[in-house]
Amino acid sequence: MGYNCVVCVKQVPDTSSITGEAMKADGTVNRAALPTIFNPEDLNALEAALAIRDEFGGAVTVITMGPPAACEVLRECLYRGADRAILITDRRAAASDTLATSYILSRAVRTIGTYDFVFCGRQAIDGDTAQVGPQLAEKLGVAQVTYFERLVDLRDRTARIRRNVGNGWEVLEVRLPVLVTVIDTANVPRPAAARRAMRYKRARTALEIAGEVKKATPQAVEAETAREVDKRLEALQAQGLAMEQWNLDDIQADLSWCGLAGSPTKVHRVQSIVLTKEGYTEIAPTQEGVSRMIHELVVDRTLG
Amino acid sequence: MIDVNPKGEVWVFAEQEDESLSEVSLELCGRARELADTLGVKMGAVLAGWNVRELSYRLIAHGADKVYYVHDTRLENYRTQPYARVLCQLVTKHTPQIVIFGATPMGRDLAPRVASEMKAGLTADCTDLQIGEYTDVKTKQTYRNLLLQIRPAFGGNIIATIINYDRWPQMATVREGVMAMRSGDPRRSGEIIEEKIEFNDFDLAVKLIEKHREPRKVNLKGARVIVAGGAGLGSKDNFKLIHDLAGAIGGVVGASRAAVDSGFIGKEHQVGQTGTTVRPALYIACGISGAVQHRAGMEESAKIIAINWDKEAPIFGVAHYGIVGDVNKIVPMMIKAIKQR
Ligand SMILES: Cc1cc2nc3c(=O)[nH]c(=O)nc-3n(C[C@H](O)[C@H](O)[C@H](O)COP(=O)(O)OP(=O)(O)OC[C@H]3O[C@@H](n4cnc5c(N)ncnc54)[C@H](O)[C@@H]3O)c2cc1C
Repeated sequence: MGYNCVVCVKQVPDTSSITGEAMKADGTVNRAALPTIFNPEDLNALEAALAIRDEFGGAVTVITMGPPAACEVLRECLYRGADRAILITDRRAAASDTLATSYILSRAVRTIGTYDFVFCGRQAIDGDTAQVGPQLAEKLGVAQVTYFERLVDLRDRTARIRRNVGNGWEVLEVRLPVLVTVIDTANVPRPAAARRAMRYKRARTALEIAGEVKKATPQAVEAETAREVDKRLEALQAQGLAMEQWNLDDIQADLSWCGLAGSPTKVHRVQSIVLTKEGYTEIAPTQEGVSRMIHELVVDRTLG
Repeated sequence: MIDVNPKGEVWVFAEQEDESLSEVSLELCGRARELADTLGVKMGAVLAGWNVRELSYRLIAHGADKVYYVHDTRLENYRTQPYARVLCQLVTKHTPQIVIFGATPMGRDLAPRVASEMKAGLTADCTDLQIGEYTDVKTKQTYRNLLLQIRPAFGGNIIATIINYDRWPQMATVREGVMAMRSGDPRRSGEIIEEKIEFNDFDLAVKLIEKHREPRKVNLKGARVIVAGGAGLGSKDNFKLIHDLAGAIGGVVGASRAAVDSGFIGKEHQVGQTGTTVRPALYIACGISGAVQHRAGMEESAKIIAINWDKEAPIFGVAHYGIVGDVNKIVPMMIKAIKQR
C-alpha cells in the first residue's frame, strides 16, 4: 500500500536579494547576477509529501521543469528525502506561460504513471501568480485543494484536508487522486540529511555528465565522448545516483501547447518606469525638521 | 477556447460568500463598465449561489447591464469544481470577450482552473486594465481593441503589458483596492438572467466538511494613516518602532514584502502588488526602498512621507516629504513631535 506523491518544484531567482549589484544602470535586474534558490513554498510542498510517505508508506517523486542547471533543486530534494528526481528540460519549452507550463507538467506527471497526490507550492516568488497548481489539476482532470494547511485524516484513499482561505479555514474531503498547493505556514521543511547529502551530492543528470566529460577531455571525438557519458551514466544508475532527464518528446508533449506557441498570454511591451521627479520637500533629519513637518500636516488637516 | 468575438461582453465574476458580495467585485464592476463603454458592448456579472438574487441589484447599480444568476443549493458554499463548471458553461454559451476576477483566495483558486479548461490566457494581479492595440512584429498584423493587462514585472522598475489576441476570453485577476470603488447608482437598470447548469459527479465529488471564518483583523484599506516599515528596520525588535509610531499617530501598520519575508510582521500587513493596495490620506514609508511592486500598492496615497538613509532610493520619487536619515533615529523624533503637537 502506501501513497505515491509527485511534487513539482521550481528554481527561482532570489527576489529578496535584489540589491545594488544585481541592478543594471537602466534600473532593470541583471538576472545572471542574482543567486537562484529553491522556491520557498515548494519546500513546504515537498515536506507535505515526505510526511505522508513517512507515515503511510509510498514514494515521493520530484519533478522540475527548467534549464539544465535547475537539477540543483532536484539534488536538494534528494538530500531531504525524495525517492526519485526528474528534470524536464527542453529548449522548446522556453517562454512558456503558466498554461503551457502546466500542460508540460501534466504530460510529465502522466508519464510517471499512477499517483495519489500531486503537490505544488502555492506560488513561485518570481511571479506570485499561483496559477500553475490549479491549471495542472485541470489538465490532469483531478480535484484541487489549494492553500493546504494540514492533513486532517487519510484513509481508504480519501483525504480530509484543512485549507487556509485568508479570512479563515475549511476542511475538505476529497477522493484521491488530488492536486494540492501548499502554503508556507503548513509545516517546517526538514533540512537536508547529512548522510543523504553525502550520498546524493554525486547524483547527476545526463547533461551534467556530458558537461563533465567534455571538460575533462575536450579533444575527444564525439563518439568517444558519447561512449564515456553512457558508461558513467550506467555506473551512476547502478548506484541509484542518476537523475532522470526528459525532453518534450519523452513525455509525448504536443508542441503546439508548449513554449511560446502554447502560451496565450504574450508580452506586448515592457516599460521601465521613470519616476516623475516632481521633487519633494526635503526635511532635515533633525527633531526640529521633523516637528515642523508634523506641524504642517496638522495645519493642512492631513493629521486630525 | 472560444472564438475571438469583438462583440462579446465584458464580464466580472461576482464573488459572494455568506450572502455578501466581496468589495473587489464591485470595484471590478466599475472598471469593467468603463472597458465595456470603450468597446461599445454590454457588461455582465456572473453571480452563483443559493438565495442571493438580491445581490444582483448592487451589481447592476455598480455598472452591470446583465447579471447571469445561477441559483442552486449545491453552490451555497464555494467549491472549485462546481463553480468552474458554472463559468465554463456560461463562457461557452455567451462568449464574453473579457472575464475579470478578484485576486482573492477564491478568485485565485477559480480563475486558473477556468482558464485552463477554456485553454485561454490569464494574467495575475494586474494593476491596470485598458483597451488598446497590438501589432505583431513578425506578421505585421494589427489587433485592435485588445485588453491590455498591465502588471509590474520581476526585474527592477519594469511594467509589463500582457495581451492575448487569439485564445479568448481574455482573462485577468486584480487585487482588492487596485480599482477605485465607485458609488453605485441605484437607479440604473439591468437584466437578471437565470441560468441552469448541469453538474456531473466529478464536479460535486469534493465535500465541505467544516468551515470557519474570522472577521478581518487588519484594515489597511480603510485606514486614514498608514505607517509602513521595510527591510530597513533591520530586525523584528526595531520594527516595534513602526507599531509605536502607528499607535501615536492613530494609524495602521503596513509593511513591504521584504519586511514580511524577514518575519518582522504578518502577511496581512503587506502593501503592494501582491499585498493590499491602499490610498490613505497619509502614508509613511520607513526603511522601504520603493520597488515597483511596493509602489504599485501605495503611490496614490494623498501624502507620502519617505524615510530612508539612501537619498537615491526610488521611494523618494513618489514622496511629498523626504527625510534622508536613519529610521531608527527619525521615527522616535516623529513620535516625540506627535506627542508634543
Ligand atoms: C512577483 C513579485 C511581487 C511582489 N510584491 C510585492 C508587494 O506586494 N509588496 C512589496 O512591498 N514588495 C513586493 N515585491 C518585492 C519587491 O520587489 C521588493 O523586493 C520589496 O518591496 C523590498 O522591500 P524593502 O523596500 O523593505 O526592502 P529593500 O529593498 O531591501 O529596501 C530597504 C531600504 O531600507 C533602507 N535602509 C536600510 N537601513 C536603513 C536605516 N537604518 N535607515 C533608513 N533607511 C534604511 C535602504 O536604503 C533600502 O532602501 C514583489 C516582488 C515580486 C517579484
